[in-house]
Amino acid sequence: MAMTTHVDIVSAEKEIWSGEATMVFAPGIMGELGIAPRHTPLLTRLKAGEVRVRGQNGEDESYFISGGMLEIQPHVVTILSDTAVRADDLDEAAAIEAKQRAEEAMQDKNSDMDFAKASAQLAEAAAMVETIKKIRGRR
Amino acid sequence: MSGAKEIRGKIKSIKNTQKITKAMEMVAASKMRKAQERMRASRPYAEKMRNVIAHLSQAHAEIKHPYMVEREVKRVGYIVVSSDRGLCGGLNVNVFKKTIKHMKALHDTGVEIDVVPVGRKAVDFFKRNPGNVVAEASQLGDSPHINDLIGSIKVMLDAFTDGKIDELHLISNTFVNTMTQEPTVLQMLPVSGSTDETLKHHWDYIYEPDSKEILDGLLMRFVESQVYQGVVENIACEMSARMVAMKSATDNANDIISELETVYNKARQAAITQEISEIVAGASAV
Repeated sequence: MAMTTHVDIVSAEKEIWSGEATMVFAPGIMGELGIAPRHTPLLTRLKAGEVRVRGQNGEDESYFISGGMLEIQPHVVTILSDTAVRADDLDEAAAIEAKQRAEEAMQDKNSDMDFAKASAQLAEAAAMVETIKKIRGRR
Repeated sequence: MSGAKEIRGKIKSIKNTQKITKAMEMVAASKMRKAQERMRASRPYAEKMRNVIAHLSQAHAEIKHPYMVEREVKRVGYIVVSSDRGLCGGLNVNVFKKTIKHMKALHDTGVEIDVVPVGRKAVDFFKRNPGNVVAEASQLGDSPHINDLIGSIKVMLDAFTDGKIDELHLISNTFVNTMTQEPTVLQMLPVSGSTDETLKHHWDYIYEPDSKEILDGLLMRFVESQVYQGVVENIACEMSARMVAMKSATDNANDIISELETVYNKARQAAITQEISEIVAGASAV
């Protein structure tokens, strides 16, 4: 049997996924991370993007997170997501709409919206669209 | 027939009150279910966060983050969580009692105190009572958002970073069950170490990109998540305390009504008896 590590994905609102996995892929701030069991302890920030968990029977499950923290212990991986929703549930239209809104807000810098907030929203929306495209491509 | 009419009026007014308390009980019961679900849903995050922090305090990091270093205590910060509304039994009073007791113990040793009240009741309480209020948050509603809290938490975190306060405590109700809510004091900063024996050997994390930035973000999120969890839990406590308080008010109203009805019937009977004896006396006189 393949070696596994315990993975917990939680967001402030709820527990997203918890169980044993043979491999975890996460969008670290310094680049994509692939985490196998017995990985050395590591702490990093995550940027918006897709977290992929490979279960014991080799199938992948995807989740979208909009940033957060990742802690790795040799036998435990914890992803503290700011918000995480099931990637399969993502509504592409809604994501694109949010992206457009953010872009409009960025062009209209005089509006009430803070510029920094707008660019953060844009990055998030772009990552969301990217994730959806990736998932679509795999099918 | 003296008294009977007044008693009837009283019964009527108590019945009206009972209707209100009954309605409040039912509203609180349905809100309680939602609040409890919310509390359960956000618990894993707070727990996992505590785990990570516990691991972190075991690591032999090359730099010690200021949030993890114990220092001499000259000034202490409190975040006191209460409800926005009253009529929920002794819920808020218990928290304030605990707060006062905790503060007094510190005050006697010459330590000064800063407070951030969360919830209207706590805001009002610290207006009447001593305690240096540095920020406040209220009117969070039944489903609070973490964004509403970040501001007031940041005030405390900045004070800690600048060395204005040397400890940060969170006082709120913990939800034991529907009947029991326990006011508890939680020390958030400095982060106290855990005693996990499996991690005793010498090790440290790899930090990406660098340890300062990561720890800043992580510890800030830790404090925020603990306060948020405290607030969410307090709402569940508030709703169940209100439900219980309103239930006992309704029951009390029932008792009073049945007592008053006995008194009313007695008064009515006495009046009838008197009337009969008057008629009989009148008839025999003729």
